[in-house]
Amino acid sequence: MLHTILFLIFAGICVAGALNFLLQRHPVNSALSLIVVMGSLALLFLLLGAEFVAAVQIIVYAGAVMVLFVFVIMLLNAGEEERTRGSRVALFLGVPGLIALFGLLCWTLSASRFQLGQVQIGGYYVPTQELGIALFREFLLPFEITSVLVLIAIMGAVVLARKERP
Amino acid sequence: MIPLSWYLILSAILFAIGVASFLIKRSIITIFMSIELMLNAVNLTFVAFANHWHQVSGQVFVFFVMVVAAAEAAVGLAIVLAVFRTRETLNVDQVNLLKL
Amino acid sequence: MELIQYIAFAVIKIALLLFILLTAVAYIVLMERKVIARMQNRWGPNRVGPFGLLQPLADGIKFILKEDIIPDSVYKPLYIAAPMIALILSLISISIIPFGGDWYVAGYHIPLQTAAFWTGSGIQDINIGLLIILGITSLGVYGVALSGWSSNSKYSLLGSLRASAQLISYELALGLSLVGVLLLAGSLSLRQIVDSQAGSLLHWHFFGGLQFVAFFIYIMAAYAETNRIPFDLPEAETELVAGYHTEYSAMKFAMFFMAEYCNMVTVACLATLLFFGGWHSPLEGLHLPVPPIWLIISPLFWFFVKVFFFIFVYIWIRGTLPRFRYDQLMSFGWKFLLPLSIANIVVTSLVLALRS
Repeated sequence: MLHTILFLIFAGICVAGALNFLLQRHPVNSALSLIVVMGSLALLFLLLGAEFVAAVQIIVYAGAVMVLFVFVIMLLNAGEEERTRGSRVALFLGVPGLIALFGLLCWTLSASRFQLGQVQIGGYYVPTQELGIALFREFLLPFEITSVLVLIAIMGAVVLARKERP
Repeated sequence: MIPLSWYLILSAILFAIGVASFLIKRSIITIFMSIELMLNAVNLTFVAFANHWHQVSGQVFVFFVMVVAAAEAAVGLAIVLAVFRTRETLNVDQVNLLKL
Repeated sequence: MELIQYIAFAVIKIALLLFILLTAVAYIVLMERKVIARMQNRWGPNRVGPFGLLQPLADGIKFILKEDIIPDSVYKPLYIAAPMIALILSLISISIIPFGGDWYVAGYHIPLQTAAFWTGSGIQDINIGLLIILGITSLGVYGVALSGWSSNSKYSLLGSLRASAQLISYELALGLSLVGVLLLAGSLSLRQIVDSQAGSLLHWHFFGGLQFVAFFIYIMAAYAETNRIPFDLPEAETELVAGYHTEYSAMKFAMFFMAEYCNMVTVACLATLLFFGGWHSPLEGLHLPVPPIWLIISPLFWFFVKVFFFIFVYIWIRGTLPRFRYDQLMSFGWKFLLPLSIANIVVTSLVLALRS
């Protein structure tokens, strides 16, 4: 009962935020609604028993990545985006295609509803320690490779964003 | 007690909205943000399946997705800055030449 | 314990916390003015009430009664939302702080902490408390960034650009400086971190865990996070008028002000909990003869004494140090604090690994 209510509240906030993200014209408003989506997703992660992932979702996504986006929007003083005329073909093929894809996904998921089973609060809870052990034993090699990726990304960002010398 | 498929349908909705805004939006920054939205939707699926199979690996994978998303955002925003510096626009329709 | 009782207790605790915290904030402002005045050989506020003790009340009434001006050129929704975001986030982060052990009153288990997890049958300690606080702190950038952007004024925009860059940079050092303590305590729960420091002065992470380098990094980064001197560049009044809150007046300005002081209190509480043994007395190992009532009061007493000391240090530093230059600030954060905090992690984990 409690789970249903909490899920419906946060899922509602998620969908409303995502729709607002789609409909807003100004990048700052879009960014803020995306932050709302990420925050309520973090709470859904908490409901699923993934507390560390929930905290990291807030710290990394809402606290670092989106701050970077808002910072760039402020720096470039991005205004409302201009409407350009989209192509007719895209409109007539894209919208039904998207709806069909979405309908197919929902149909598949609800058809296999009984095999997937139920979720309950506290049904599966991952302590931070267990996650750390998995990350540094089983997934040590991917972890190290990701660290190299991050290093490359840092250098790439510095090189790209640097002003060229005259 | 709620069915697992509700979480999956929620993530499908978010993913579909992400795809739609990726296609509709014309500002580079917003397009980047819709990629983040799609990645978030995928993360929800990973965590939901980790819960279903009682496996930690799903949550570990979310980490990797987050790290890659953060790296991508840093490089992507640097590219946006470089594009804005040379063309002074953020509209993707006007960024259609490889060389100025 | 039923859910209804849990909610009732939560509401009572929230009301108490708000009352105590906002009163404390008002009096911290008074204390700051008094202490700074004495440091500068002045008297400070002494007209309203005995020794100026009613000054916070007068300030509050002034803030409420002033005209709330909204300039024409602002982007209204965000302009109004920004101070609220700042204040709400600072209040959420302080609600995670435990300020004592547990009380058992009339069969009820009451942890001395505003927020707690509901497990379905009882209440449980928040076992990722520190991470939640770090997350909420990292969201605090939005209040500053959005206020500056939506004000549509050059001083505000410059202030908020500086602030967001500064907050992002110092967050790294702040987070990494705490890892040493986490390694020693082996937990992310603030209660367990405090419990791992039980004993005497020598069990505190600052002395026993040899985390004084980490403490130095933490306190520097935290001063930058709360925009206080010597890192108050976002609101440097001599260069930027008032930085991101230039265009704010009356109650909206007061919200920023309260948020800043609430954050100061959170930082002081965290320093106490992580490095200075929380509510444990420094004389714990000595078994002094004390009256039994003291055992109930002593955790709260020691916690508030330590927090008060850190708030005093805040004011002391404000009275002592000049402001950094912006490039100095950035290179201090990235080239000094960050490598130092990484070195601290390496040394701490090496020592721990060799000891085990």
